Amino acid sequence: MVEVHLWSGLRSLTGGLEVVEVKAATTGELLRELVRVHPQLQGPIDAGVSVAIDGRVIASGLTEPIPEGSEVYLMQRLRGG
Amino acid sequence: MALDDRKSEFSFVGTRPDRPDGLDKVTGRAKFGADTSAPGMLHGAILRSPHAHARIIKIDTSKADAHKDVKAVVTRADFADVPFKPGLEGEFWNVLENVMAGDKALYDGHAVAAVAATSALAARDALKLIEVEYEVLPHVTDVDKAMAPDAPVIREGAADYSVPEGMHPNVVRYHESGHGDIEAGFAEADLVIEDSFVTEATHQGYIEPHACLGMLGNDGKGELWCTTQGHWIAQKTCAALLGIETSQLRVTASEIGGGFGGKTTVFIEPVALALSRKANRPVKVVMTRSEVFRATGPTSSASMDIKIGMKKDGTITGAQGIFRLQGGAFPGAPGDMTAMCGFAPYNLTNVHQVGYDVMANRPKQAAYRAPGAPMGAFAVESVIDELCNQLSLDPIDVRLKNAAYEGTKASYGPRYERIGLVETLEAAKAHPHYAAPLKPGQGRGVSCGFWFNHGGETSVSLALSEDGSAQLMVGTPDIGGSRASMALMAAEVLGIPYENIRVTIADTATLGYNDVSHGSRVTYASGLATIKAAHHAVDKLCERAAAKWGIPVDAVKWENGCAVPSGPNAGDFDPMPLADITADMGSTGGPISGHFEATPEGAGVSFGTHIVDAEVDPETGKTSITRYTVIQDAGKAIHPTYVEGQYQGGAAQGIGWALNEEYIYGDDGRLQNSIFLDYRIPVASDLPMIDTVIVEVPNPGHPFGVRGVGETGIVPPLAAIANAVSNAAGVRMRQLPMSPPRILAALKDNG
Repeated sequence: MVEVHLWSGLRSLTGGLEVVEVKAATTGELLRELVRVHPQLQGPIDAGVSVAIDGRVIASGLTEPIPEGSEVYLMQRLRGG
Repeated sequence: MALDDRKSEFSFVGTRPDRPDGLDKVTGRAKFGADTSAPGMLHGAILRSPHAHARIIKIDTSKADAHKDVKAVVTRADFADVPFKPGLEGEFWNVLENVMAGDKALYDGHAVAAVAATSALAARDALKLIEVEYEVLPHVTDVDKAMAPDAPVIREGAADYSVPEGMHPNVVRYHESGHGDIEAGFAEADLVIEDSFVTEATHQGYIEPHACLGMLGNDGKGELWCTTQGHWIAQKTCAALLGIETSQLRVTASEIGGGFGGKTTVFIEPVALALSRKANRPVKVVMTRSEVFRATGPTSSASMDIKIGMKKDGTITGAQGIFRLQGGAFPGAPGDMTAMCGFAPYNLTNVHQVGYDVMANRPKQAAYRAPGAPMGAFAVESVIDELCNQLSLDPIDVRLKNAAYEGTKASYGPRYERIGLVETLEAAKAHPHYAAPLKPGQGRGVSCGFWFNHGGETSVSLALSEDGSAQLMVGTPDIGGSRASMALMAAEVLGIPYENIRVTIADTATLGYNDVSHGSRVTYASGLATIKAAHHAVDKLCERAAAKWGIPVDAVKWENGCAVPSGPNAGDFDPMPLADITADMGSTGGPISGHFEATPEGAGVSFGTHIVDAEVDPETGKTSITRYTVIQDAGKAIHPTYVEGQYQGGAAQGIGWALNEEYIYGDDGRLQNSIFLDYRIPVASDLPMIDTVIVEVPNPGHPFGVRGVGETGIVPPLAAIANAVSNAAGVRMRQLPMSPPRILAALKDNG
């Protein structure tokens, strides 16, 4: 199981939870599972999110592996100039 | 992505060879956006709304259509307004709405129609023949007023899921993040300062205006030449807006005269193509400077409230920021980025940040180096400076005491990998600038700054020639010296001289997809792809050498530009140089090339620390920057001269943003200063020599340790300059730019 830390603006979509546990081995599975468990997260995920795994920010890749015991944060999709 | 080719000792990387585009640029041979033409070419011009907010009742183009010099007139009806795969929704729809107004003109300068005529003058004259009937609507251009209950609504239903109930419809996105107990943090503090700050919108000020030449036939096949930071996004967006297949539009990026984030989208390109399709002739469109200011993408303006608590020893106990960013008449202001970056340099137990994306009747904001971060840093670092002043603490010591390091929980959530903030602060403290005495009337300011950096989709191809030279094709327009740094990285892997490698920015028909040159991603991602593509070619070179020697390929390794036996048991062969292998490659297996396509995900965040001395003339309010030092972590500087140029450029643009640059709107919602005479960017005489220190803490996500350097350099200047000016003037400056009238007013208010 992966503990996914959400940014606090998402609490209203997860019944107040800021940490959600899902079973996922990749970033893509993680996003799919988040939506399965909390369907209201579809909006922010469609709008664009990044996933930080042990501090490494995965901007958009869905195939990145999530090692067991990793610290995982959902982040708003990064943009640049 | 496995990085088994990590390297820390270099032969070519870190040297300072001549730039490959130098001769072209000093002789005028370089072809920029406006420097091309085609047989039968027409000239396009765009009619723009004089109103900040108006319903378009009717557009009568009949007189223009009838003019002998006019070959096409287009309005919104000439663009794909129907769902088209991948769909004109979301950002595609926003871009279309910005490129050509639909039911309403949303800002002063919004395009409402365009003509193509036989000369540029005829096209501009023909605009006067187009009659537009407007119903002028109430407008709002200020971020705080746009959020007020009585503000005119720019577009109903534009808000997304994130906006709390009860907010004005102009608030279209909301971000909230942080950790700890912010109130408990403030309770622990010996001093809490709460203050508010405002910044105006600024423009990137690239010297080359937007320009393009478009050709689109009724068969749906097209060609587009344009100045852009990303020709694949231009291809994708234009194809969607015109309802054609992406692959049928070939886009070539011209040489680019500055972008800084402002050329990451399209403005005139779909218009030129729509005119061309209608006229069946090539159409060139070149913006005037006034059009660039009125109708491309400046930064957001911002209004911010900051509250920070500090102990007497300098420990920050709690930090809170509310960041309201106005991004024009469309969603997209980076309030979330401002919020996430503002406190990112610090190791905080209690932090809370909120960001708002607010629409107003202004042009659609675009990125400008680290979008959203500079204004947040201005507000946050100003309060830290004031806390240092009131607690009599050294500003660098306080930042060192609170600095984030590897393992720190970032204000935006995750723990940092290896980062170099502490190293930049230590270098700042040790720099002679920090110990230099100040003259009367001068003040010193410091600030830290943070930016995420980005990877993005990347394709690179490398082809070897028979004589042993190499052609490298990348898809990221060279906005900061990337052709030089790509050649150096390829030289490092191939072991051939830098001068033997020619780097070309390939068109969209030549390579796979490449994300825009943004997010400081090019040296990181195209560089990583270049290294991988060069290794791919080296693998083939080793195969050919192995075949010639009659030994297994795993008995061959690559060293200093030659195939050599991998050990004493592999056989006794003289090193075989690259050129000896390529000389007969046509008959030993065919051309040798290397390729790499991926979305690298390990850009590595970056930090910088700036030191500024400023002198304020109390009679005129004019500020002079007397000394400036930039210290920033580059991970690994591939071509240090370009890295220093990026640092100096960030400081120079920051000086303009801090002291003079601003969008000034009249009560009528019209932009008052749309030329460089009235919108004052720094000139050489405004700038001191800008010293640079390159700190190198390698990024674990790149084979050579590269971190992007293009954006972080714009983050600290606003704050560092504001702190210097405030310390020089003896009054806290809370509004940018700190133009002479504002400084005089602040001095007067302060008695």
